[in-house]
Amino acid sequence: MTYILKPKMHHPELPANARGFTRRDYEGRVSTLCAGCGHDSISAAIVQAAFELDIEPHRLAKMSGIGCSSKTPDYFLGQSHGFNSVHGRMPSVLTGANLANRDLIYLGVSGDGDSASIGLGQFAHSIRRGVNMCYIVENNGVYGLTKGQFSATSDKGSKSKKGVENTESGIDLVALALQLGATYVGRSFSGDKAQLVPLIKGALSHHGPAVLDVVSPCVAFNNHAGSTKSFDYVREHNDAVNRLDVILGRAPITADYAPGTVTEVIQHDGSTLRLRKLEESYDATNRIGAMNYLQERHAAGEIVTGLLFVDPDATDLHDRLGTMERPLNTLGTKDLTPGAAALAKINEGLR
Amino acid sequence: MKATDISGPDYFHKVVDCQYACPAHTPVPEYIRQIAAGRYTDAYMINWKSNVFPGVLGRTCDRPCEPACRRGRVEDEPVAICRLKRVAADNKGDIAALLPKLAPRNGRKIACVGAGPASLTVARDLAPLGYEVHVYDGEAKAGGFIRTQIPRFRLPEEVIDEEVGYITALGPVMRLGERVESLKALLAKDYDAIFVGCGAPRGRDLDVPGRKEGAANIHVGIDWLASVSFGHIEKVGKRVVVLGGGNTAMDCCRTARRLGGQDVKVVVRSGFDEMKASPWEKEDAMHEDIPILNFLVPKEFTHKNGKLTGVVFEKVAPKYDDKGRRSLVPTGEPDQHIACDDVLVAVGQENSFPWIERDAGIEFDKWGMPAVSAKTMQSSNPKVFFGGDAAFGPKNIIWAVAHGHDAAVSIEKFLSGEDVEDRPPPGVSVVSQKMGIHEWSYDNDIANDQRYKVPQQEKAIALKSVSTEVELGFDPLLGFKEAQRCLNCDVQTVFSAPVCIECDACVDICPMDCITFTDNEDEADLRHHLKAPALNLTQDIYIADGLKTGRIMAKDEDVCLHCGLCAERCPTGAWDMQKTLIDITHAGSACRSK
Repeated sequence: MTYILKPKMHHPELPANARGFTRRDYEGRVSTLCAGCGHDSISAAIVQAAFELDIEPHRLAKMSGIGCSSKTPDYFLGQSHGFNSVHGRMPSVLTGANLANRDLIYLGVSGDGDSASIGLGQFAHSIRRGVNMCYIVENNGVYGLTKGQFSATSDKGSKSKKGVENTESGIDLVALALQLGATYVGRSFSGDKAQLVPLIKGALSHHGPAVLDVVSPCVAFNNHAGSTKSFDYVREHNDAVNRLDVILGRAPITADYAPGTVTEVIQHDGSTLRLRKLEESYDATNRIGAMNYLQERHAAGEIVTGLLFVDPDATDLHDRLGTMERPLNTLGTKDLTPGAAALAKINEGLR
Repeated sequence: MKATDISGPDYFHKVVDCQYACPAHTPVPEYIRQIAAGRYTDAYMINWKSNVFPGVLGRTCDRPCEPACRRGRVEDEPVAICRLKRVAADNKGDIAALLPKLAPRNGRKIACVGAGPASLTVARDLAPLGYEVHVYDGEAKAGGFIRTQIPRFRLPEEVIDEEVGYITALGPVMRLGERVESLKALLAKDYDAIFVGCGAPRGRDLDVPGRKEGAANIHVGIDWLASVSFGHIEKVGKRVVVLGGGNTAMDCCRTARRLGGQDVKVVVRSGFDEMKASPWEKEDAMHEDIPILNFLVPKEFTHKNGKLTGVVFEKVAPKYDDKGRRSLVPTGEPDQHIACDDVLVAVGQENSFPWIERDAGIEFDKWGMPAVSAKTMQSSNPKVFFGGDAAFGPKNIIWAVAHGHDAAVSIEKFLSGEDVEDRPPPGVSVVSQKMGIHEWSYDNDIANDQRYKVPQQEKAIALKSVSTEVELGFDPLLGFKEAQRCLNCDVQTVFSAPVCIECDACVDICPMDCITFTDNEDEADLRHHLKAPALNLTQDIYIADGLKTGRIMAKDEDVCLHCGLCAERCPTGAWDMQKTLIDITHAGSACRSK
């Protein structure tokens, strides 16, 4: 952490978005994480994504559990709603909030401990239920707050800072999310904002469960030789399958791409996901193909990144349950006590 | 772009905009920090060494540092550097023990013509080294234009006496009341070198009809100001017209207001915005109820019974040709007559060297100016040096001081048999400011305060006397607050690529979006592809290569707050905050190569 606050002054040419906010307006309090933490870069990417999406801060709710990653919602979107829940329980709280008020954008922020260990069940069920959310796992493969033990996502064979080898299998949250039916699945790296920011934008505008596994090196306990989540290792083994541009419906196509290299996915909210292929054979709309590709590359020691799967026709929990379209807080007495006639009608239906 | 060479003094000197813009290169942030720490004497001595007249300049400097100040680019107003200098001068303790120790006489004799700021700087630099410096001036007191031209309500005489006194205490032979009438005669004496610092002592006149007839009430501004300074003139008419738009005109009109002028007007040929006077001097004049009328060209002095009655002006408008050059064309409207009792003509100054014989070995150009090297201040006669207004025409005190330092170095080298063209590099010290994990030996927290106004004497009291000082100066508390606005631009962000892990922490924390890690390209393209476009071409981009990914680090120096957050958030110490103190080499053993 730093002893001084980030000065309020900003670049004189700092642009404003359609809501009249600058990027700085989406910042939060000054980070108390270790200097150089990958999580801070992810926070900066979330700030950038929210700015570019013209999000009104009060239309977004950020939810988190416990851990270094779960502290970060304090460091971005300082004017948005937030809920810091108990360890591993963020998905349940998010699900409840979403059911109560479907009009907000839900951003769940978690870590590998919070989501792959104590909260693995919550992680799994929120996805299979199809909660409309952007679920970001800030994945550093280590328990940083307790000084460097292996976490559930540490790869088998990777080494701790002290040189001890991990003998247990790592959980691949992306593979899990694909298997559980997430409709927007991506992986990225905190050190590559050019890739990360569009992925977050796409996830925030996606209608359905969107999961982003973001490898985020822990500079204090997991950035050494032998780690598979260090800056150097990720940069050397990064297999990016595509590059994403998120277009808010108004920008025309300007770049001239060779045929077959660009696919466009129109999302539920009208935004366009434009995917430029980096891996010619990769098809981001094929769930089984994606799972196979991931397993093959993982076996080869590579980290597959990019938008790995997207279902443009995704549905969410509300669609499946047929809940009412208005947030519960807008329902008045008249809506909630429809009167004797309505009750009689219901009773009639049950006879 | 090529990686930036930060090993020499040049790159980082340019980042310290105020110091770079100052002709004397005073280390501004260094003394401002001393003021904030309440170390006024130390702040004063940093100034004294560099600009010789901190008390005088703290009230009267033309402040080239302030338009250059980085604070002016990140918010509306620059740091009040000039007035902070005065805080140091007003609050310092006894400096007698801090003045240079005098070396034994070295047998060399130098003559300085004129006892203004340029000559006094030469004397200050050379006398302690053992030179016998003779300072000639026709007036009875030293100070030159500082004493004769600047009205007392801007600069009290005690301040001049004090700061001139520090120099005369260093042992130069003050030959006051001795006007030099012939350079040849001076050359014939046994001086090893001569420095001409006689200023630009002639005010330009205005030769239009009626000048002769109204002569009794038409005064040349600088002569009139001098007469007021000496107490020869104590009154002026009720209605006064001041012609001219420079700082002398501002001094004239404000002085007139204090000598009985009730209806004082300044009339300028050009537009208000193009006037040569500093904006703050125009403000001060207008604050004293003096209107400034523009686009009026004086055509004729009107007179009746041998007495001036007013001035006739032709109305003009600016017209620009296709090359953007401006000319003033009559609008065809009827002429305007402004009735007045006195006219003060402040339409410029000229150099005049009636005392320099044209066969004394000094070449003059067609405008009557001596051929002087801007680098060495040497004239075509190798033992004669020029400085101040005498060298290149009217400038201001801080330029005169800078010339004096340069000439003193040249004289020292010349008399040591060295090449005067070979200039000494400045002394540079680079020291890390790191004290602890997130602790720095400078205050890196950025103050959000806007520029503080200097308290002024109440107008009714100020206008009563020509010697009542208008500006009261910052008190220590206001001085502290204003000092805290300084961004410490001399504490540099120094980057070391080999230890950088490219985690982006610095990029994310930088409040001004100065830092980018990107692929290398040409400067013109790169400037547009940074996190914030770097469109101020006068400011450099700091480039470092040798990163693991093959990218470069590019930092736009333009609006960096020097808050050190990049270094605080850096996990590997790739960024460090290092103070670069650039100390201009003055005359003395350090300026010689042997």
